[in-house]
Amino acid sequence: MIAIVDYGLGNVASVKKALDFLGISSELTKDRNEISSADGVILPGVGAFPYAMKRLESDGMVDFLRKTAKKKPFLGICLGMQLLFDRGYEIEETDGLGLISGEVRKIPDMGLKIPHMGWNSLVFSGSCSLLNGVSEGDYVYYVHSYRAELKYRENLAAYSEYGTCIAGVVQNGNVFGTQFHPEKSGDVGLRILKNFGEMCR
Amino acid sequence: MLGKRIIPCLDVKLGRVVKGINFEGLRDVGDPVEIAKFYDREGADEITFLDITATNDGRKTLLDVVERTAREIFVPLTVGGGIRHEDEIRDILLAGADKVSINSAAVTVPGLVGRAAERYGSQCIVVAIDSMRVDGEFHVMINAGTKDTGIDAVKWAQEMERQGAGEILLTSKDADGTKAGYDIEITRLIAESVGIPVIASGGCGKIEDFSEVFLKTGADAALAASVLHFRELTISEIKEHLAENNVPVRLGGKREW
Repeated sequence: MIAIVDYGLGNVASVKKALDFLGISSELTKDRNEISSADGVILPGVGAFPYAMKRLESDGMVDFLRKTAKKKPFLGICLGMQLLFDRGYEIEETDGLGLISGEVRKIPDMGLKIPHMGWNSLVFSGSCSLLNGVSEGDYVYYVHSYRAELKYRENLAAYSEYGTCIAGVVQNGNVFGTQFHPEKSGDVGLRILKNFGEMCR
Repeated sequence: MLGKRIIPCLDVKLGRVVKGINFEGLRDVGDPVEIAKFYDREGADEITFLDITATNDGRKTLLDVVERTAREIFVPLTVGGGIRHEDEIRDILLAGADKVSINSAAVTVPGLVGRAAERYGSQCIVVAIDSMRVDGEFHVMINAGTKDTGIDAVKWAQEMERQGAGEILLTSKDADGTKAGYDIEITRLIAESVGIPVIASGGCGKIEDFSEVFLKTGADAALAASVLHFRELTISEIKEHLAENNVPVRLGGKREW
């Protein structure tokens, strides 16, 4: 069973619907016992970095999630991916979970529309088991205005070009993140969620 | 590179697709869920449902359709039609839609777009603008294109962006139904005037209309209805044509599920 951390932000149900479709069992939960006994954890999220961290703090989840992420496959999606980093600069400087080294900053203005919204193609920059069966050039669906700036290139598995480099898939050991929404990225996204599901067995 | 989007639009009334759709291989040609699945398999980048019911019963049926669709379609789903209050938006999003589109009420209910964007985020608020040429100007039309507000369409698009719209769905009432191509002039004007994505709508009849709108305007997406519903063109044909004309698109090909 995969625990989808429900911290009251965004359309977390859509991740569950995609897992249901794939026949992967999951629960939307903020119950620590349930998360502790899960085979893997997904941290979803749509919204702003500081509100999400405050929400996790008020639920007493921050240290708990840091510890949990050391023990089992852990996937952050969109804002959930951004929260994996050391800190974010959306609205105000806020500490993140610190599971991958780097910071989250506004996408630099390259004369393109912000948010970066729509289908963009992936460029691979490393190997990552989340991308098994995914081909370079496959399109995935993004909606975001901030991007992760990684400290170590080895944590970057794939990116997309949008006047600048947008970290698409990141990894540090068993901690994974996708800036795009796999649950809205058609067949490619379903493949990525299936790969994560297979790691959680 | 960001791909240009092709978005099929389904008119839904009391949970059924209204315009006659003639598909082979569908169990129920009037079921929006079946048709959405069909377009998803063909490579639609997004699906739009336009609810033309305008009764409470109809809205409940629509929510049921949205919920069933969201269980089987894993590309963004936009739902519009008759939205007047931000609580209705919540119901539609909770049912599984990713975005809502607001049309007449953006004009008639002051502050609605701003409140909706504040509450749910700009990324899920699409403002639909129906534009029509009146005495050499482009005016915003409401009530399904029957009432001229006298508002300048370009200025209105900018105002909607300022209030928090995340996208503009621009339908040219001059081009709509003509099959003579998208309205290049107003689409270009609006796409150049706002910093948010613009979806072109109305007028497409042949495959070149799609490359024209992307090559001649800054539109990010093109909406299509009858040309797809009557199988005059398929989404994959359109996308192959766009790719041949160097318009970046997400081509299908993976059919695992």
